[in-house]
Amino acid sequence: MSIKYGLLALLEREPMYGYQLRTEFERSTGATWPLNIGQVYTTLSRLHRDGLVAETGEADDQGKVVYQLTDAGRVELERWFTTPVTQDARPRDELAIKIALAVTTPGVDARAVVQAQRTATVRHLQELTRLKTRADDNADTAWLLVLDSMLFRAEAEVRWLDHSETRLARLEPPPAAAPRAPVTPHQQEARR
Amino acid sequence: MTDLALELRDVTRVHGSGPTAVTALHRVNLKVAPGRLVAVMGPSGSGKSTLLQLAGGLDTPSEGDVVVEGRRLGDLSRAGLAELRRRSVGYVFQDLNLIPALTAVENVALPRELDGVKLAQAREDAMAALTDIGVADLAKRFPDEMSGGQQQRVAIARALVGPRRLLLADEPTGALDSNTGEAVLRTIRARCDAGAAGVLVTHEARHAAWADEIVFLRDGRVVDETGTLGAPDSLLEGAQ
Repeated sequence: MSIKYGLLALLEREPMYGYQLRTEFERSTGATWPLNIGQVYTTLSRLHRDGLVAETGEADDQGKVVYQLTDAGRVELERWFTTPVTQDARPRDELAIKIALAVTTPGVDARAVVQAQRTATVRHLQELTRLKTRADDNADTAWLLVLDSMLFRAEAEVRWLDHSETRLARLEPPPAAAPRAPVTPHQQEARR
Repeated sequence: MTDLALELRDVTRVHGSGPTAVTALHRVNLKVAPGRLVAVMGPSGSGKSTLLQLAGGLDTPSEGDVVVEGRRLGDLSRAGLAELRRRSVGYVFQDLNLIPALTAVENVALPRELDGVKLAQAREDAMAALTDIGVADLAKRFPDEMSGGQQQRVAIARALVGPRRLLLADEPTGALDSNTGEAVLRTIRARCDAGAAGVLVTHEARHAAWADEIVFLRDGRVVDETGTLGAPDSLLEGAQ
């Protein structure tokens, strides 16, 4: 997803100026996607060039330019909402590639790599869950939806890691060589 | 270590003997302090439920010690163990095990009545437990008049009625939908935040994530564990 659609969606609510868009964007996504103001203004100028937003012609009290959605912008936004996100739009999965390489690289204990990753992912899940317990069920719906999405993705990763571990366990025992597995910050601390 | 609600010290459980012996748990150590929730994860057959049964005195280790509130279960007589199970330990199972002919408050009062507490006091304790869990309005309902989530919360109230401060939960969200399951986990979490100690057995990472620590079992051995978390805000700092 580009910032473009985020800004179009916010402008569908009401006309806004750049800094306001940045603040509302971060509020809606629970600050999981921080924007710098430069990105906002660059995107706004492209949207303006493409006729998707227009200046209202009114500056606010401090002289900031206020933008509104055009009809073309509204059509573009509707198209985005009604088009499913495609799987191949996602970046390459570094974790899957790492585990695949761990299995085929001599001297690497792939099961240790899986375990270390699972510990890290489960800790991430715990952190997300704690953020969720702090949220207000009624006031923070958008933030809770983003958190749930992150929780379900992390859970899926743990399930895949469990599945991978079981698959690896059916293979030969891990090599006797010292495992070259990643070490989580917690494990490092525990070893001190 | 009397400040721990539960401790497993090098606990091994072997079923059978000779060449057919099966090691369900192998030298497992676990410490649970009051106010803490520990999740035990692992695939089927990894020893999760065996661990919970040993922790609650429903099974006996082949080697090692189980210590509940400072008392070694191996030192207790059969009667002493039964008393400890009634007074110190509360169970929540996937199968709710509420008695169909009793109302919610009668179900929750039952362990107190079995413990010799007078009926009026047992009912009072039961109402207090239901109120703590936030389901006092269900007191007069029978199990078949409640949803699965409501029944499970009543079961949690029953597990923690009276002085019992150790909650052992075996897949307590198993039959529930995602949102109802989450409400049950919130309840367990809240009870631990209020001072109870909990052990939650689950195969779902999203549920285990409600715990302070997570222990991973595979083939009866602890293969991994997470420790105490830092501040949750670190997640957002990391994202920036």
